[in-house]
This record gives sequence, C-alpha cells and structure tokens, in this order.
Amino acid sequence: MTAHVVGSRRVVRAACAAAQDIGLYSGMALAQAQALVPNLHVAEATPEEDDASLRELARWAINYSPVVSPDPPDGLWIDIAGVAHLFGSEEELLRDLTSRLTRQGIAAKAAVADAPGTAWAVTRYGAGGVVPTGRAVDAVAPLSIRALRLPVDKLGTLHRLGIERIGQLAAMPRAPLVRRFGRDVALRLDQAMGHSFEPITPLVPKETPTAALAFAEPIGRLEDLTSVVLRLAKDLCRQLECRGEGARRLDLLCQRVDQKSACLRVGTAKANRDAVHLARLFDERLQTIDPGFGIEEIVLVASKVEPLTERQTQAQGMGDEAGEADMSQLVDRLGARIGMRNVYRLAPVQSLVPERMARRIPALAPPTGSVWPENLPRPPRLLDPPEPVVATALLPDHPPRFFIWRNVKHNVAKADGPERITPEWWNGDKGSAARDYYRVETEQGGRFWIFRDAPTAEGGRWWMHGFFA
Amino acid sequence: MHAGRQDSLAALRLQIARLEGGSRKARPLPFGPREIDSHLPGGGLARGALHEMIEAGSASEFAGSTTLFTAGIVARLKGPVLWCLTRRDLFAPGLLRAGLHPDRVIYAEAEREREILPLIEEGLREKGLAAVVGEVTRLGLTASRRLQLAAEATGVTALVIRRWWTVAEKDLVRLPTAAATRWRIAPAPSELMPAPGLGRERWQVELLRCRGAEPRTWILEACDAKGRLALPADLANRSDQAADRRAAAS
Repeated sequence: MTAHVVGSRRVVRAACAAAQDIGLYSGMALAQAQALVPNLHVAEATPEEDDASLRELARWAINYSPVVSPDPPDGLWIDIAGVAHLFGSEEELLRDLTSRLTRQGIAAKAAVADAPGTAWAVTRYGAGGVVPTGRAVDAVAPLSIRALRLPVDKLGTLHRLGIERIGQLAAMPRAPLVRRFGRDVALRLDQAMGHSFEPITPLVPKETPTAALAFAEPIGRLEDLTSVVLRLAKDLCRQLECRGEGARRLDLLCQRVDQKSACLRVGTAKANRDAVHLARLFDERLQTIDPGFGIEEIVLVASKVEPLTERQTQAQGMGDEAGEADMSQLVDRLGARIGMRNVYRLAPVQSLVPERMARRIPALAPPTGSVWPENLPRPPRLLDPPEPVVATALLPDHPPRFFIWRNVKHNVAKADGPERITPEWWNGDKGSAARDYYRVETEQGGRFWIFRDAPTAEGGRWWMHGFFA
Repeated sequence: MHAGRQDSLAALRLQIARLEGGSRKARPLPFGPREIDSHLPGGGLARGALHEMIEAGSASEFAGSTTLFTAGIVARLKGPVLWCLTRRDLFAPGLLRAGLHPDRVIYAEAEREREILPLIEEGLREKGLAAVVGEVTRLGLTASRRLQLAAEATGVTALVIRRWWTVAEKDLVRLPTAAATRWRIAPAPSELMPAPGLGRERWQVELLRCRGAEPRTWILEACDAKGRLALPADLANRSDQAADRRAAAS
C-alpha cells in the first residue's frame, strides 16, 4: 500500500489486492486505514516513478498501435482503429494484450469501444471486453456515475440528489442539467456515451526518429499527400543516417482539421533508410485515407528501428556480387500490397506426410539448414484435402485398373507403386492409417497421384491427392 | 543465293531488335532439343518478355504439366524467382523434380484474383529477379501489354500460367493477349516400358503463337532434374530421318 499527503492529511493512494479485500481503498485517510489494520505496511508514494513506468508501458503498447497515450495515474489509451485485423479481431487483440500484461505481473483490465470515454467507463466500472459498435449507450447506462471522470465535488452533489447511475443522468433534460451541474458534466456524459469526440494525443517517445509537417492550409489531394510523404521520408532518413539506423516499421499519422486522426502503418523486411523506397510503400495505401475537410498535420514516425551500417556493395573485382541480389525492397513493396505474412518462402520439414512437408518462413529468413528430400516422386500440384475416387484393382496389392474421379472414368495404362507412407504418431496422427500411394498414367497420358488409406481387405478407400500432369 | 538471303534477313532482324530497344541484348534461353531451338527466333525463349502457358488434358484446371514446364524454364535461369499465386495447391517438393530448388522461390499469395497482376508487375520491376511466375485467370490485352513492357524494361522474364476453375473461366484463355509466345502443354502417353512401371513423362508441347515463328507441335520428354527437355529417343530418330529426306528432296 502507498500513501501520500493531500493538504494536511495523509491519504491512501493505492492499495494492493489483499488490502482492498479487507476494505481499504484509495482516497481513504491513512489514520483510518491504520486503525482498521494494525500492522499495515505503508510505503511513501512516488508519483514521478509511477508516471515514468506508465510512460514505459505506453511505449511498449506502441507495438499494438501507433496512437498510444498514457492516462495518468493508471490508464492507457490505445487507438486501435485499423490495426485490429492484424491480430484477427478486436477480441483477439484484447486477449493478447491482457494476457501479455498478466504475464508481466500487471493486473490489467481493458475494453474496446467506439469512443475513449466509453472504453474508460467500461474498463474501470464495467465488465471490460468489447463494446459493439453503436451500443455505447447501453453499455454505460447501468454504470455508476463515478465512471464519468467527474471531480469529487460534482460527484457529491449528484450523489446527494440521488443520482447513482449514468442512465439516470442521461434521462434528465439537457438544458437544466447544464445549468445546474455545469458544462463539464454534460461533456463527460457525452464522451462516455460516444456522442462527442475526444482526441487522443499520441505519445511519441522522445528518442524515436520523427518528421512532422504542419500546413497553413489543410491539404486533401492525393498528389499533395504523396509529395509530403516523400519529403517527410527524406527528412526521416537523414535522421536515421546520423544515428546509423534503419527503419523496420513506419507510422504515418494524419491529423485532420476536425481533430480526428488517420494512421497508416507499414513494415519492412529489413532495416532500410532509402527515402524513395520508404515513401513508395505508402503509395498504394494513401488513397485509403479519408482527408475529410483537410489534413493539417502529418507526422511520420519510425516506430521500430534497427542498427544499419553502411556496407560496400561495389568495388573493382567484385562486380559479380550483384548476383546475390537484395530482395528486401521487393519484399517490402509486395508486403505493403498484400501484407507481410503473404510474402514467404517455404522450408522443408522432416516429415514424409505430404501435407506436412513444407512450412512457411519469412521471405528473407536465412536458410534453415534442413534439406529437401530429393528423388521422391512428388507431384507439382497437390489436392488438399484429398478427394475420394472410386477405383477398381485386379488384385489386392495392385494399382487400380480404372478409377472414377469427378464423374469421369479414367482407364489406367501404366502405374508405379505402392509407396507406403506411414502415419507419424509423434506428430499426432494417432487415428489415421498407413497410405499406399500409386502413380498412375491414364490412357490419355494424364498422370495422377492416388492413394489407398488401408489395404483392400480392411476396407481401404481410394483418394486422389495430386497431379503430375 | 540462300546464304545471302539469310544474311540480309539476320541484318533486318537485328535492325528491328535495335528499334525495339530494351533488353533484346540478352541471348534467348535455349530449350535444349535442336528441333525447338532452331524453330524459335534467336534460338530459344526470349528473356525479358511475357510468355503464356496453357494446360490441356484431363485435369487441366490443376495445370500439372504446365507447372513443371514453367519450373523447368525457371530452373535454367539464374537467380531468385517470384511466384505469385492465389490458390495454395502448389507443392514445393514437386518442383524439385524439374530442377527448381524451392529455396530460390519467393511466394506472394494474393487473396483476390485482381491483386495478382499488380504483384507480377511489381516483381518485373525488380532487376535482381530471374523470372516472375504468375498464376492468372484473367489476362486481357491491356494487362498483358503492361506486363510485356515491364518485362522488356528490366529484362526479367515473365511466365504466366493460366488457371481456371469454371468452364466460363476456361473460355477466357481463347482471348488474345500481348504475350510474346503462347504455349499449350498436354500430357501424352509415355513410352511403353518392358517391365511394369512408369517411364519419363511425355508432353505434347504446342507453340500456339510466337512473333517470328510458325505455330508448331512437338512431342517431348518432360523436364529432368536440371529442367532440360528432351526429344523422345524413338521419335528423335524418326524426325532426323524426315529431315534427311527433306534435305534430299530439296
């Protein structure tokens, strides 16, 4: 438990979970608390340190979204507009965030809502979780008026009048409400209901390379945006060069005239400080920004940087080194179009089950060292999942004489096999049976890879799994 | 007189190539079998151009032969390869049989069909690539012209595999494109083996369209582990005889 001095008395500032269980709460007089619990452990509060660690946490939260702002004493705003899909959904993002915080030993509650005020109320006084779009009013109405972020004296007044829930306050006529309690009560009410917008000033860590440009006249044309981004990128790259670093992630924050903001985030596969290249990554996506009535400020932040040292690439006598071409710029451009996770290489897996033979690795990952199995007859195209075929073989262990696949009968002219692939129990294939694969060639010359999932005597069925031709 | 005509033809071709500019300096990539290379202008498949591959046969929507044919071409080029696709039915260990090592390939997987052409074009702008392979359903004249120009500018070879999943989409491949060459690959019955088993695959390779060459069909043996095609032994002898006969007749 920590305590600090307010006026002439010492009050409780924060209490641990055990202390809260026995009835101590923040804001209580310290003498009263000590009377309740005789051997209470009290530490002097250090607001500066609390503040510093909150800012530290905010910097960490930039991993989730470029727009993060600390909300002292114990809160954090994260604007997740346009980033939730990177985690799957808003629920998944929330789960990821809280579980990471819990693992670090921070008891955290979080909520997602349309407006910052709604999220604040639901996090502290509600159940947390995701408030569906447009349901802010329902979500905050049953909550206590303490969820409105009002000064203590206003709360006291409302309390004396018997107003305990936000819903009661919202049901009152607006004009008398403003006259009686002041404009701030009405404003806080609107913010909690999501009726009035509240800007979040993003925290930009001091040491982060940043380039900003404010405009006397708001801009909105795509061409202007493109040229501004290029100019900012050049500025940013100069800063990065002085520090010997390259950007791995860039955030573009556009502040609109109506106080709303739009942001874009692009990643690079390798540290980079080529301004033209970095600016081009935004090109495709700039048109998704809605300038509204105009954009008055654009900030470009290199939110993730890595050391990047100059390397000599050309010299006499090593001209052929260009053969090891640098693919990172291509990967960045492709990644900006379709998402970094859709640009990949394949690496072999030590497994003979066809569905499992390859796994994705990042496009610029170093070679894994494992080798592809050579000389195995494998088709270039795989049917996943395999499709059942009706096939007839002359003898139990023979390849089929003919088979019917997708309602077409194919007569088998030649065949090779069987190649038995046994299930890998160490990979969790407990129930499945061994497969006997045959390569068959039809009378027309088409080559197929078909398998039987058990010997005929045990009722094995035939499946089409791949195409050689 | 023949020799003189050949010389003037070659000079004219050179002049046209200079007018067209771009990456015509690079020597075309030979296929290997003399019969194909001597038929193609320049003695092989032009680098820095768009080539279109169409599959025919019983399971043509899976484009098995075409994939191996394309992989065989790419295998004989040097450098990394970009493979743009929408469906995840490509099986990397299978490409190894045509000589294309999977470590050389960077995949770009688009979710929608219309994203694929910009990806191919983006790849063609990167000089360091050996080739860009794209699996495309729709390829119009304008789009293919764009790809052809992008390929000419950097000298990266563009290989487009036409894919389809419905009958209507299959009909799209009949429409003209601006590709430098257009090929149709169909599986053909392989040589009879003395013992049960499968021999080397055979393809019926049709050159449907090519600037400066007549359409023609060959029966070829599929790519080996280095991506090389071959003329079947039994057919090779015969066609040699035919050439001899032609030479004797003229």
